[in-house]
Amino acid sequence: MTMRTPPEIGGMGHSVPRKEDPRFLQGKGNYVDDVKLPGMLHLDIVRSPLAHARITSINAEKALAIPGVLAVITGKDLEQYNLAWMPTLMSDLQMVLPVDTVKFDGQEVAAVLATDRYTAADGVSAVEVEYEPLEPVVNPFRALEADSPIVREDKEEKTNHIWHWEAGDRSSTDRAFSRSAVTVKEDIYIPRIHVSSIETCGCVAQWDAVQEKLTVWMTTQAPHAIRTVIALVAGHLGLAEHKIRVISPDIGGGFGGKVPVYPGYVLAIAASFLTGHPVKWVEDRMENLMADSFARDYHIAAEVAARQDGTMEALRIKTVADHGYTDAACNPSQFPAGLFHICTGSYDFKDAFVEVDGVYTNKPPGGIAYRCSFRVTEAVYAVERMADIVAHQLNIDPAEFRMKNFVKPESFPYRSVLGWEYDSGDYQGALERAMEIIDYPALRREQAERRDRGELMGIGISSFTEIVGAGPSRHFDILGIKMFDSADIRIHPTGKAIARFGTKSQGQGHETTYAQIIAEELGIPASDITVEEGDTDTAPYGLGTYASRSTPTAGAAAAVASRKILDKARTIASYLLDVSEEDLEWEPGKFSVRGAPDRARTIQEIAFAAYTDHPLGMEAGLEAHSSYDPPNLTYPFGSYICAVDIDKGTGEVKIRRFVAVDDCGNVINPMIVEGQVHGGLTMGLAPALLEEMVYDENGNNLTGTFMDYLLPTAVETPVWETDRTVTPSPHHPLGAKGIGESATVGAPAAIANAVVDALWHLGVRNIDIPITSAKVWQALRDAGVDE
Amino acid sequence: MTTEASQPAMVSIRVTLNGTEQEASVEPRLLLVHFIRETLNLTGTHIGCDTTHCGACTILLDGTPVKSCTIFAVQADGREITTVEGLAAGGVLHPIQAAFTEEHGLQCGFCTPGMMLTGVAFLENNPDPSEAEIRRAISGNLCRCTGYVNIIKAYQSAAAKLRERGA
Repeated sequence: MTMRTPPEIGGMGHSVPRKEDPRFLQGKGNYVDDVKLPGMLHLDIVRSPLAHARITSINAEKALAIPGVLAVITGKDLEQYNLAWMPTLMSDLQMVLPVDTVKFDGQEVAAVLATDRYTAADGVSAVEVEYEPLEPVVNPFRALEADSPIVREDKEEKTNHIWHWEAGDRSSTDRAFSRSAVTVKEDIYIPRIHVSSIETCGCVAQWDAVQEKLTVWMTTQAPHAIRTVIALVAGHLGLAEHKIRVISPDIGGGFGGKVPVYPGYVLAIAASFLTGHPVKWVEDRMENLMADSFARDYHIAAEVAARQDGTMEALRIKTVADHGYTDAACNPSQFPAGLFHICTGSYDFKDAFVEVDGVYTNKPPGGIAYRCSFRVTEAVYAVERMADIVAHQLNIDPAEFRMKNFVKPESFPYRSVLGWEYDSGDYQGALERAMEIIDYPALRREQAERRDRGELMGIGISSFTEIVGAGPSRHFDILGIKMFDSADIRIHPTGKAIARFGTKSQGQGHETTYAQIIAEELGIPASDITVEEGDTDTAPYGLGTYASRSTPTAGAAAAVASRKILDKARTIASYLLDVSEEDLEWEPGKFSVRGAPDRARTIQEIAFAAYTDHPLGMEAGLEAHSSYDPPNLTYPFGSYICAVDIDKGTGEVKIRRFVAVDDCGNVINPMIVEGQVHGGLTMGLAPALLEEMVYDENGNNLTGTFMDYLLPTAVETPVWETDRTVTPSPHHPLGAKGIGESATVGAPAAIANAVVDALWHLGVRNIDIPITSAKVWQALRDAGVDE
Repeated sequence: MTTEASQPAMVSIRVTLNGTEQEASVEPRLLLVHFIRETLNLTGTHIGCDTTHCGACTILLDGTPVKSCTIFAVQADGREITTVEGLAAGGVLHPIQAAFTEEHGLQCGFCTPGMMLTGVAFLENNPDPSEAEIRRAISGNLCRCTGYVNIIKAYQSAAAKLRERGA
């Protein structure tokens, strides 16, 4: 990419060192648990040991006898304030604390308020709760049976079926299947996983009874939306929106897990409101794993209809989605199954039909929190696995098969049969590049040789299409609030600047990249620009950072606001230089007179004049705001190729090479983009080989610590080989697309495809992720391989 | 038991924290990480898992990396503690800090202090490690953001810087 600015300006395309780093490197970050206020109390939570039970009694006597334990709060207490239930972002209801029944293992049952965290924990173990066990509903298919126990007795309709959602044309798709030469069907389960950011969730709530103002330091990716939710839920108690300040300080990783409103937040706020003391609640890892938002849990039945020559014609998908006891996914409200209908992926299907049924079970709620834009991983995984299965079944090389079926570069903007308009792409180019880097033909030759020697080697491809940057306001809202995002930029008299945004970085480096966008547009050095986010009292309203939306929305707003500033700067320059605006030429950092380059004013001189010597009738100052409503989503894409070796004796899968070619359009900071891809790939590896939330038949969570829920360490993580192609977005002001989640979305299928590719000749068609050594070992034994 | 726990005998301990002597009276059950974060108010040491898996709370105890969430403060009595706040000297970053920012070895910053302290001790004992040795050395420190790629590069770069400094 050609750069318009020199390194000292640090606009687009420069690997500018991160402004965030000095404080993080020296232990001077400010995360929620670092907030310490005078008189601060600590809140800890009593949790249910059963997945489904009626609470017969809660006895707080012993807990209250402990010196330092100030209160034990139950659902009955909250009920008096109409706070026992709260709405989810999907307009369902979630318990803050239960009044009569608990619905999952680990659910909040009561809260203990104490003078310090140890005493609060003592209080938790001294609260005596008696339960009458009820039959738990663990399997979503069982949940749909007529005689299944009902998870949500509180609802009028006695059913565990939450909603049915569909997209596409059922009858034309059925017709395509009935006339097709080849049809392939596979059941694919994408298990429940958990983001497990290294920082857990928590908050410090401070109710100031004199100012009548609530301040909450909170681990949230969406501070503005959360403030609105608090005002809507607790407005009846006097918490008006202008009297609520949500501060999202440094966040130790989010990945979607810090979008929802958890009961702990509400309890801390309520406790501060009632006591007048600041209250801290920070969950521990087990609470985080057992109760916080999960992702996936999609039971997918996928079918592809194809011609004998390998042309895919139609896609039909039926999915049962296990949502836990309430629908608390954080999807845009018109999309209960997220953007799952991106499932035709990179391929030019002529017919498609997809349907999802959401189901209640006795598990914690959530659904989309794992570094993924609203069910896109599920969609990509399904279509990429199916593409490989069809290719193998027809004995066509999977790379050749993809090339044949790709949406062609000349077809963009491309309207998919399920209704999306892809902005730009060159799928063939990305796959060719990946094949070149890994030397695909040589790898296939090696595979054949090894197979002749009885060795198991596999090659897997995933050519994914992402869909991010929610979103255009005509379709995208959260609780009715349109999903725009915003930038406020102020240029100070000395030419330095401050810019504030409605998003919130959790490690993505916004303080650096947003400054680079403004540097690109105005020629002010990125080092002269302060970026702030996360304080609802000072930052402009925006919907926050998730679903790879920051660059597509707030990044675009930074460009648009900068251009407004540039317009005013041009007028001032014309006044200062006494020439018409048409006679001015702009290069990043200064306006000069056409034909007389010595007559010029720098942006810094213009900024000073904006406060000291501006044209009569013009408002003083140099600042602008943009609330950017994107005209379309952006569609990053890429092709990944993975080569694995499988140990026949142990079933162990070893990733030998993994080449990732990503295309996120124009790049703001290549160093940061590469870092995002590395992290995303590792969070793609994780569910492919290691991570799964496991429940036993009684609904007990068996994966409540990092001993059982296996995050990849540096030992399991392979060397990631990355590269890029650049296909700018035609509608984004900077031609950028977003990159945070591409790799998480694309990687699992490449790994699974590689494993199945190694085993296909033995009759293995599918192994559900996580592909553990035990599963592979069993598949090998089932295929009669014993070594 | 709860009465015992809520009225514990306090124990007086003395530690050297980042070169400065500190004395405090603590509950016997107080974890070292809480002692550092809440009694001594140095919040650069983080808590990620409570079970010794993630390594966010790694500090150096007499020069050896220790996960401070599974050791009591009283066990540190009379010993030397180094936390992330003690790495830079005289306003100059430690080579491993410089390497982490140069190689983009950090994103959210939460695992970074522990990751760097593990590195300081590791590189002292192994000044020119292989990539595989580095991977093993940091396998007790979890990072969810970086995929470890640039952390490994930062270790390699810090090793080179330290070798140069020692030469």
